[in-house]
Amino acid sequence: MPAIKLSVNGTTHQVEVAPDTPLLWVLRDNIGLTGTKFGCGIGECGACTVHVDGTATRSCALPVSAVGDKSITTIEGLSDNRSHAVQRAWIAEDVPQCGYCQSGQIMAVAALLTKTPKPTDADIDTAITNICRCGTYPRLRAAIHRAAGEG
Amino acid sequence: MTTPYGVSRRDFLQTTGAASVGLLIGFSLQSCAPGEKLVAGPPVPLTAWLRITPDDKITILVDRSEMGQGVATALPMLLAEELAIDVSRVTVEFAPPGDTAYVNPDFGMQGTGGSSSVREGWLPLRTAGAQARQMLIAAAAADWQVTPGECRAEDGAVVHINSRRSRRYGTLVAAAAALPVPTNVTLKDAKEWKVIGTRAKRTDTPMKVDGSAVYGIDVKVPGMLVAVVARPPVFGGKVARFDATKAKAVPGVRDVVQLSSGIAVVADGYWPAHQGRAALEVTWTDGANAAVSTASIEALLAARVARPGVQARHEGDTDAAPAGSIMLDATYRMPYLAHATMEPMNCTAHVRADGVEIWAPTQLQTGAQMTGAAIGGVPLEKVVVHTTYMGGGFGRRVEQDFVIEALETSKAVKAPVKVIWSREDDMQHDFYRAASHHHIRGGIDAAGKPVLWTHRVATSSSMMRLVPESVKDGLDLEVVEGAMAMPYAIPNVHVDCVLVDTGVPVGFWRSVNNSYNGFAVEGFIDELAHLAKQDPCDYRRSLLTAAPRHLAVLNLAAEKAGWGTPLPTGRARGISVYKSFQTYVAEVAEVSVAVDGTPTVHRVVCAVDCGQVVNPAIVEQQIEGSIVMGLTAALWGEITLDKGRVVQGNFDTHRMMRLKEMPVVEVHILPSSEKPTGVGEPATPGIAPAVCNAIFALTGKRIRTLPIGKVV
Repeated sequence: MPAIKLSVNGTTHQVEVAPDTPLLWVLRDNIGLTGTKFGCGIGECGACTVHVDGTATRSCALPVSAVGDKSITTIEGLSDNRSHAVQRAWIAEDVPQCGYCQSGQIMAVAALLTKTPKPTDADIDTAITNICRCGTYPRLRAAIHRAAGEG
Repeated sequence: MTTPYGVSRRDFLQTTGAASVGLLIGFSLQSCAPGEKLVAGPPVPLTAWLRITPDDKITILVDRSEMGQGVATALPMLLAEELAIDVSRVTVEFAPPGDTAYVNPDFGMQGTGGSSSVREGWLPLRTAGAQARQMLIAAAAADWQVTPGECRAEDGAVVHINSRRSRRYGTLVAAAAALPVPTNVTLKDAKEWKVIGTRAKRTDTPMKVDGSAVYGIDVKVPGMLVAVVARPPVFGGKVARFDATKAKAVPGVRDVVQLSSGIAVVADGYWPAHQGRAALEVTWTDGANAAVSTASIEALLAARVARPGVQARHEGDTDAAPAGSIMLDATYRMPYLAHATMEPMNCTAHVRADGVEIWAPTQLQTGAQMTGAAIGGVPLEKVVVHTTYMGGGFGRRVEQDFVIEALETSKAVKAPVKVIWSREDDMQHDFYRAASHHHIRGGIDAAGKPVLWTHRVATSSSMMRLVPESVKDGLDLEVVEGAMAMPYAIPNVHVDCVLVDTGVPVGFWRSVNNSYNGFAVEGFIDELAHLAKQDPCDYRRSLLTAAPRHLAVLNLAAEKAGWGTPLPTGRARGISVYKSFQTYVAEVAEVSVAVDGTPTVHRVVCAVDCGQVVNPAIVEQQIEGSIVMGLTAALWGEITLDKGRVVQGNFDTHRMMRLKEMPVVEVHILPSSEKPTGVGEPATPGIAPAVCNAIFALTGKRIRTLPIGKVV
């Protein structure tokens, strides 16, 4: 297998995987960054959301060969010590329950706030389509507004 | 780097080399009294629940599984209360099976379910905290040569009240551990509580916002391989034959082995295993369920609900309609439901000749240990079970199927193996919430008062598979829970059940059998209210005069929801009240229906009596979560079968509620000093009837079959 070069959280990695391997599994199994989660494998649930050149992207449906030299940010690279405004808001609102979808939620929200710093509820409804099964939605929405307020 | 939450997990792992997989939260060193030296050293266990290091790091063992419901916070709070410590400074570890202290009295095993954690931990964990406190005070008093009565515990230290001398727990733990565990301890009076009843922050939040919490699927063991399993598409099917040549040709695939459940493709990672399985050639024998379909199951349930059942409750005379009564008959139908935990099933196991190690997102630690012993061929004490964080449980993770697969694969390939299920595997090989039919008959007298109620439940029993001895002569008391406890004052009542084996595996699902009985009972009482031309809330009130806790939540929900006050055109309210897991919940749903029949739930007002509240913020989270689970199921949830196969596979064919569909949920907790009761499940049963009762109030259309889909 040819080596593929990837820039993840500011570090360049060489991985030897089949080119059709979804970015998610390269991150998890080859690079060892397990904060990005597997939920569906078809880009429906958003648990695998990472930033590709700053854009929220569902990594379970993105072949690693399609990443090229774009830079990838995962939940582990979002900030040092949970200092990103979204993470601080998440802590303040105690958003997570099981927490499994939360890396993806946080990455999706962080990307939204970069593009739309003061989103309306309608903006949030359109942009944040990640699935949570625990019912964190009310706190999640409150945390988005909090992060927007502080951001 | 120390954070507001203490050292990061990575630093902790680096400094300790701890192998425990992320079951840790940070700790912070408290400042010491002048001259008091804290010396590093190994943790000293004080009881089964607590370890303290000489340099004052406190670890609380949690014997229940954290699957989102907050046990890693609520249970340490109970202990912290009596130990006079701040829960934010403790490290949480999940207790390994073995100690009898960790056995859940509801199960006779270590396990999590039935909304039992706080309810069962309430006395033992406070007692454990008080025991440790008393031992630490005794150690300090002996050192100071004073009586224990002159000392008290304050903020992680023992203080001599008169002299204000103080010793941190860490400096006392070695001496305290040498003392006998006191059997007679005095628990704090409620007036003295500083932890119980507070909105203490969850201990697991920090690690769940930076990706460091370790779930089962994240477990990494040196030399570990990853397996994906091909299972028979029809329940009860078997492998007829298979050819592994093409699977083994996929780069990264290491082996292909047959398991009791199917064929495991073992590889270096998930993707090669997944691709290997796609290339695998298997022929299945479908077995007896090859022709089973939703239509055949519905026909079977319809036939069986028409036959007499096994009596569960009987009062008065229900054979004949009382003279002058108006009778109503209805059949309620509910489908199979999948758990669809966000983290698909998975398990890591290492079977060696001398012992077995299991890393599992399990709700049943003792079960995993027994499974490990049976498959590994080793004694129970040679099986180590590590409980990970879990991405949802909802009852699915009490099962052993995913544990068995990891054990069998590891045994076959002689290496540690993590088995990962795809979403489709998870959806199509679940132990589903059973489908059910309910025949309910009611009668009202001339004044509208109900005089007769009969309820027959026809469904499948998970207890017949899991605890067969609990099902006697065709009566499964779990199946009729909630139906049997129908709370309304009606003189003639009969409840019975018919157990039907459809070939589809069934299991525990959030609120279990209450999820269907709640819909049937709370839908039908609404029908009787309508028949009696009475307000459905007032009608319930008039029948709950001997059920004060039901009545109190009903009144509170009605008041907070503005029951009876005008709503914008096109909206209506529906109500339900239901007791499960010893907790009383009333819900008012505010609903509209679009011209195309799409229902929208705008607001849910919920009143809860769960006894003494340990952490109101966690109760609110659980109520919100229970409502989302119940509402998602009510609106869209169903697993259907065709040719013995589950039709739904992924979230594109099995709809989940998303943020924009989430109603406003208001939770009102009734103040209470009664013993705490369950909160993880009791708000699930009442949401479907509240919504359907609202749809009836709005449209006149009575929904007796779930999911609702479109109102046409």
